[in-house]
Amino acid sequence: VAEQRRLTGWGRSTATVATVETPASADEVAELLTRAPARGVVPRGLGRAYGDAALNAGGMVIDLRALRAVDYAGLEHDGTIRAEAGASLHAILVESVPRGWFVPVAPGTRQVTIGGAIAADVHGKDHHQAGSFMTHVQELTLATPAGIQVIGPESSLFAATFGGMGLTGVVLEAVLRMLPILSSRVVVDTDRAGDLDGALALMVEGASEHPYAVAWIDCMARGGSLGRAVVTRGRWAVPAELDTTAARDPLAFGPRARLAVPPLMPANFVSRPAALAFNELWFRKAPRERRGQIQSLSAFFHPLDALHGWNAVYGPRGFLQYQMVVPLEADEVLRQVIALLAARRLPSALSVLKRLGAASGGHLSFPVAGWTLAVDVSAGARGLGATLSACDELVAGCGGRVYLVKDARLRSEIVHTMYPRLEEWREIRGACDPDGIFASDQARRLRLVPASAT
Amino acid sequence: MINGLGQPQRLLVVGASSDIAAASVRAIAAAGGVESALLTARDPGALGGLQDELQGAGIATSAASWDATGTPQATAAVVERAWEDGDVDVVLIAVGELPDQAEVEADPALVTSLVQTNLTGPACLALYAAQRLRAQGHGTLVVLSSVAAERPRASNFAYAATKAGLDSFASGLADSLAGDGVQVLVVRPGFVHSKMTAGLDPAPLATTPERVGADIARSVAARRSGPIWSPGAVRVLTSALRHLPRPLYRRVSRGR
Repeated sequence: VAEQRRLTGWGRSTATVATVETPASADEVAELLTRAPARGVVPRGLGRAYGDAALNAGGMVIDLRALRAVDYAGLEHDGTIRAEAGASLHAILVESVPRGWFVPVAPGTRQVTIGGAIAADVHGKDHHQAGSFMTHVQELTLATPAGIQVIGPESSLFAATFGGMGLTGVVLEAVLRMLPILSSRVVVDTDRAGDLDGALALMVEGASEHPYAVAWIDCMARGGSLGRAVVTRGRWAVPAELDTTAARDPLAFGPRARLAVPPLMPANFVSRPAALAFNELWFRKAPRERRGQIQSLSAFFHPLDALHGWNAVYGPRGFLQYQMVVPLEADEVLRQVIALLAARRLPSALSVLKRLGAASGGHLSFPVAGWTLAVDVSAGARGLGATLSACDELVAGCGGRVYLVKDARLRSEIVHTMYPRLEEWREIRGACDPDGIFASDQARRLRLVPASAT
Repeated sequence: MINGLGQPQRLLVVGASSDIAAASVRAIAAAGGVESALLTARDPGALGGLQDELQGAGIATSAASWDATGTPQATAAVVERAWEDGDVDVVLIAVGELPDQAEVEADPALVTSLVQTNLTGPACLALYAAQRLRAQGHGTLVVLSSVAAERPRASNFAYAATKAGLDSFASGLADSLAGDGVQVLVVRPGFVHSKMTAGLDPAPLATTPERVGADIARSVAARRSGPIWSPGAVRVLTSALRHLPRPLYRRVSRGR
C-alpha cells in the first residue's frame, strides 16, 4: 500500500514528503524496484538515522518493517541467526537473550533494524575488540535492480553495502553470528574523570578485562575541567556473581519503556542553562569510583530506550547529533574539538566518547581506529553551523570523519576528504545500479550518487 | 536540499533588485550552506553588485531577466531554468511596485499594469514554482506581501488591493501545499525604508530591509509556513487597526 507521507529523521531537523511503500515480501520489494519513480528509492527501517539518510523527497521510501521474520534455529549449530531486514535488535534480543545469545554489536539503541544496522555499519561500546556490524555478518541477501543476490564478505558489493546508507540495494535478510552470554547482567565499574586526559586513560586501561567502555562527557565544561567525564566499563556477569533472586533466572530479559515524551513538544527543553545544570548534576551524582555494580543489559547498553520518544524534547526544530572520529594519535584534535564546543557554549547534554578499533573494510563505513565523540545539540542553537564546520575542518584535517548516519549538515566537498574510498564505492554502486534508482535526501545533499536521480 | 540547520543549497530569487530581496539573500547566504543562486530582475543589469557579492562568497550565481508583466511562457521558462541543475530549495518572490495613489486615481488605466506587476505575474510564477516544489517533495516558497494587505488605507488602496490579492493567493497555496513537504512563507513587512518607499513619511514601527531579511532568513531556517510579520509587533498593531470602527480608522490612518 502506497502512502504519501511527511518523514523526518530521528533528529527531526529536516522533513520531506515521499511515497511510502510497505512491502510484505522479498518479491514485493523486487517488484517495487522495477517501478522506481524518477526521484528514486531508499529503504527505511525504524527511522533512527538522525539526519536525512532515510528520506527521499518526492520519491519512494520502502518501509521494511513488515519483513521481520527471524530464524533462530542456527543458534544451536553455529551460533547464527537468519534475520529479515526489518527485524529490530530489540525483537531479536527478546528472543535470543533468554537462550543465552546477545547481538555481536550493540549500538546505543535496540530500536534499529538489521537493515539499518547494515546500512550504517553500526558499532558498539566494544568496537575496539569486536569490530563493527560487518565483522559479524556471514551472508547478505540484497535486492538490486539486477535482481536478488546473495553475497558474502568476499564480494565488493558486500563491503560497499556496509555503511552504504541503503544506496547499494535493499537488504532483504542477513545471517548474523551472535555472541554467547551466560547472564543478561553486566558487571560495571564507574569512574569520574576530572578532565579529558583522565577520561582517555580510564578508557584504555583494563580494556582486556572490560570489553565495553563508554564515557559520558561534559562538552560544556571549560578550563581545567575540559573533557570531564563519567567513564563506565563493563563485562558480562557470570551467574555466580548474581544475587539469589537474579541467579534464579540469570538470562531474564524484559525491558520496558518506562516513560514517554509527548510527541508534540511545543518548545526546545534543552536550553543552555538546562544543559549546564544537567551536566553538572550528572557529573556530581556519579560515584567517584565504584567497582563491580551489577546492571541489567538494557540499563548498561540502551539507557535512552527507557525514555520513549526522547527525541521530542528538542521541540519542533529538532536536534543534530554530531558524531566524529579522529585517529588515536590525533587525540589533540579531539581536545581541540571539545574546547571549541565548550568555548562556543553550545547547549549539549550528555555527550558520548568511545574508543574505536580497526576499520571493517566497508567503503563508507564510519569506524577507524581512534576516538569517537557524539554530541547532541538543538538544531536552532546560535552559531551551530559555523562551529560544526570548524570541527569538520579539524576532523578531516587529521584523517578523521563524520558519521553519515548521524549527519544532517555536512558539505559535499568535505565528504571526499573524510571518506577517501568514496570514488571506489561509487563505481561498485554504479555497476549494480546503472540507472541510478537509489537516492535519498542525504545522497542528493552530499552528491553521493549521480545527479540522474535528483 | 535544506539541511538540518535549515540551510538551503540552491535559491531562486525573483525581483532580486529589490532591497528586501537583496537583504534576504544576504541573510540566508550569511547563515551558510548556500551553493548556488539564480537572481532575476526586469533589468538583470541592476543585479551586478549583488551577483558579484554572492560570487565572492563562493556561491555560483547567475542572473536572468524576468518581467512580471511578461507572458506566462516566459514565466514558465525562468522557473524551468532555475530547476535545470536539480532541486531548488528556496524560491523568494519579491516583485512589486508602490505607485503614487493620486496618480493611479488620476489615470485608472495604471491599475492594469499594477495588478500585472504585483499580483498576476508573481501569482503565476508562484504556481509554476509550486508545481516543481510539490513534485520534489520539499522546499520553501517565500512571497513578499505587506501589512497593507491586511488593512487598506485611503492613501494606498490600489497597492494594498494587489498585495491583498497576492497575500490571499499565497496563504491558500500554503494550505494547499501543507501535505507536500513545502512551506509557503507569506511575509508582511510594515513600513520599510527602501528604494520603494523613498520620499514617503515612515509609518509607526518602520523597519529596514536588513531586519526584514533577517526575519525571513530565520523563518526559512525554522521551516515556518504561513504568515509572518516584520517586525513582529506590526502584527499586533495591524490587528488592532483592523478592529477599529471604520470612522475612527479613517481618522487614524488619514494622511498615511
